[in-house]
Amino acid sequence: MRYLPKSPADRAEMLAEIGAASIDDLFATIPAEYQFKRDLAIPRQHGESEIIDRFRAFADQNANGYASFLGAGVYRHYRPVLIDTVVSRGEFLTSYTPYQPEIAQGTLQAMFEFQTMICELTGMEIANASMYDGSTGAAEAIMMAVRVTGRDGAVIARTVHPEYREVIATYALHQEIPTTEVGYAENGRIDLAALDAAITDNTACVLIQSPNFFGTIEDVAAIADIAHKKGALLIVSIAEAISLGIVKAPVEADIVSLEAQSFGVAPSYGGPFCGVIACKEKFLRQMPGRIVGETKDMDGKRGFVLTLSTREQHIRREKATSNICTNQALVAMMTTVFLTVYGKEGMKDLAVQNLAKAKYAADTLGQAGKVLFAGAPRFHEFVLDLGKDAEAANAALLEKKIIGGLPLAKWYPELGPNASLWCATELTAKTQIDAAAEALK
Amino acid sequence: MSDTKFVGTPKKVTTHVNQNEDLIFEKSSPGKKAYRLAELDVPEVDAASLLGDTVRTDLGVMPELSEIEIVRHFTRLSTWNYAIDLGMYPLGSCTMKYNPRVNELVSRLEGIADAHPYQPESLSQGALSIMKLLSDCLIEITGMDTITLQPAAGAHGEFTGILLVRAYHESKGNARKKILIPDSAHGTNPATAAVCGYQVANLKSNAQGMVDIAELERMVDEDTAALMLTNPSTIGVFESEIHKIADILHAKGALLYMDGANMNALVGKTRPGDFGVDVMHLNLHKTFSTPHGGGGPGSGPVACKKILEPFLPKPVVVTRPDGLLALDYDRPESIGRVRMFYGNFGMFVRALAYILANGPDGLRQTTEDAVLNANYIRAKLEDTFDLPYKAPSLHEVVFSDKRQAKNGVKTGDMGKRLIDYGFHAYTVSFPLVVPGAMMIEPTESESREELDLLIDALKQIAREADENPEIVTTSPQTTRLRRLDETTAARKPILRWKPVPNGTRDSNALTPDTAAKEW
Repeated sequence: MRYLPKSPADRAEMLAEIGAASIDDLFATIPAEYQFKRDLAIPRQHGESEIIDRFRAFADQNANGYASFLGAGVYRHYRPVLIDTVVSRGEFLTSYTPYQPEIAQGTLQAMFEFQTMICELTGMEIANASMYDGSTGAAEAIMMAVRVTGRDGAVIARTVHPEYREVIATYALHQEIPTTEVGYAENGRIDLAALDAAITDNTACVLIQSPNFFGTIEDVAAIADIAHKKGALLIVSIAEAISLGIVKAPVEADIVSLEAQSFGVAPSYGGPFCGVIACKEKFLRQMPGRIVGETKDMDGKRGFVLTLSTREQHIRREKATSNICTNQALVAMMTTVFLTVYGKEGMKDLAVQNLAKAKYAADTLGQAGKVLFAGAPRFHEFVLDLGKDAEAANAALLEKKIIGGLPLAKWYPELGPNASLWCATELTAKTQIDAAAEALK
Repeated sequence: MSDTKFVGTPKKVTTHVNQNEDLIFEKSSPGKKAYRLAELDVPEVDAASLLGDTVRTDLGVMPELSEIEIVRHFTRLSTWNYAIDLGMYPLGSCTMKYNPRVNELVSRLEGIADAHPYQPESLSQGALSIMKLLSDCLIEITGMDTITLQPAAGAHGEFTGILLVRAYHESKGNARKKILIPDSAHGTNPATAAVCGYQVANLKSNAQGMVDIAELERMVDEDTAALMLTNPSTIGVFESEIHKIADILHAKGALLYMDGANMNALVGKTRPGDFGVDVMHLNLHKTFSTPHGGGGPGSGPVACKKILEPFLPKPVVVTRPDGLLALDYDRPESIGRVRMFYGNFGMFVRALAYILANGPDGLRQTTEDAVLNANYIRAKLEDTFDLPYKAPSLHEVVFSDKRQAKNGVKTGDMGKRLIDYGFHAYTVSFPLVVPGAMMIEPTESESREELDLLIDALKQIAREADENPEIVTTSPQTTRLRRLDETTAARKPILRWKPVPNGTRDSNALTPDTAAKEW
């Protein structure tokens, strides 16, 4: 086996030095009836070229050469080459969690840079070093708000990603956190009157998404006012992080739960992605997940360490703020490189290109039907009512090698069978938009 | 003590060039760029008029650098890291094995990396086939009946597994109240039980560091939902009475949850499904070679017996009558979702590539080599260090600092000193049942030569602890940074960089300039 660095002679000599007659002696503590004597029924040992061939065959069975208008929480953006240059370095790829800071300063400093950029982009004072993803991050943010306020209910906008809401439901059930859903107004934004009515003395937090699942940008300040007046915290979930280049940061929020996939992370059939929680500094002790902090070494030199671990399960065990341990460090590293490559000006330019593509797509595709929720600003997604069944329309588009928008009836039956969610990014070509519009005629 | 204070000679390392490097924000200057967007093929837009008062005008301190500066920045930072690619990580419980590069290549193939989770099932057959084949392999390896790949990491797998337990008991009319957890368990176990709404009942280990069967029998009652057990235990020893443990639980209607962190000791040699386990998680980033990446991403599939199948997170991959694979959401008894989409798919690709590279013979040899390596280390060092539990080791061995602590040298000190010898530290102070624990897991990826270097290093460190303890207690001596002040870091947290007015340096932020002058 090519990954194993031992010759048969090495093995024999080592056994002799241990004083074992055979390798099976070392497994003698496993009762005989549970010793597995046959070969595992799994594929035979493959050569490297065979492995690549096999995965190429898998890749060929997936969509290839299709134009895609799918977004809905996973976005196709250009990934600068430097991302893989950096994360393919063995020193980053094959290092462990930086519990020995003297030999992990590379990861630690990059994480500190990540935290700083996340703070800057979200308008929050502190950020952790990553969560699994945006869905579990949102659930953890709610649990955090419950700890901070001592209240136990959560009010959740219906325009939060439906799968995020499903994950929250799983977490909330066993934390005994009652949740209330608040619908949307005609412009696609959260219904402010309904929100006001839904918040009670026992509401720990309001969770919204902005841009929301329909692509509409929420009035965060107005929502924060309503929440804060009743003593509830505001959590803003952001599924499309590129929006932060041109959309005002949700500074009025108390906690931001960001999914950073858009920052240079491949769609990869849904993961691994990169969640992160950012918040006001006063909530630090209730924040879940690893955090990197600046300090000095014995000689007074600046360095970085994992800090505030007394919140975590190694020390607190059942009293920990969360059970999260492994996070998404290497993916956070990808996003750090992405943000460094685009930087202060590029993030804005990139976001504006997304706006332009989406405007053109909405204007062009809108001619085939109607763009819903036109009364509020959008980022790069929009809901189209095609005037015909969205599933059927998509089936026709597939024949032209176009993957149309995501039909919404499954989650939003009130929108009817004709509604679908479309997305255009900087990678969506005008020719693809025009071809889709032509096919939808 | 003699006058000739012993200072050991690391055989593995010499000094290494690495360079000073400021934070990216301190290197930034206005107007530099590392990007050029493609030409816009649609009409330009005015963001302010489109977005109104939601438009953003400034991105604060986001960096501005050129491409070469960015490459150098991250490359220089990388040289400050230790990594598997540089040498052994004897971290017990963490299974720091080689991360094959073909795994990285196949995970980046177009069609795999670009697959959108909502693309039609007919255009996702490759992705679903990867999930199906990996699931089948893991079910065979664990001897369980079914599996979910959705959990994002080991602790998330524990969460999922305990929710399955809970749903099972609820289906019988009573969720029950408590989870039993041995005192030798990983900290994630009790944290998970609490997150799932259970009380934690602490199960004391016996004199051999194993489950105390009599105590277990006394504690298990009708309120017990499950026992969370790591097998082999965190001291690296197989619970020989595992089936008795399962029987005691099952007799009272409780389930046996196995923390699969130590599965690298078992693959191809024995199967949890055969020895009474009802539900368990795997760590693809431990046993199945996906890279740790400085702390993640992980992946924590949960395998279980048929009785728990109705409760699996949705969707599950199913084969349709026409032979195509599909995602089944119609699961009325499901615990729901624990994560959006289907899990850390990119890790499934890597783990499957690893399984294919090994085959049944390779996986068995891998386990045998991992156990051989741990026993070799144990045999070579048991005269040097205290071995609190004498039961035969599988994939890891736990010594204690008892002999060295007499001179004031603790396990953490020797771990740090190991860095000077060119290694990462072993796992320090865990498991909690061993005071001053030194937990060593070599994995199968180490050659005899690398093992001998580690053994030599630890012997020299033990001698230093006798003859020159101060060099150990103040180590590491040769790293870019010395020991860091973690107390101040926690007491006065500085968690982000902030610009300093007028370009003066923040008095807090000491840059490595002083060291540079000495050169």
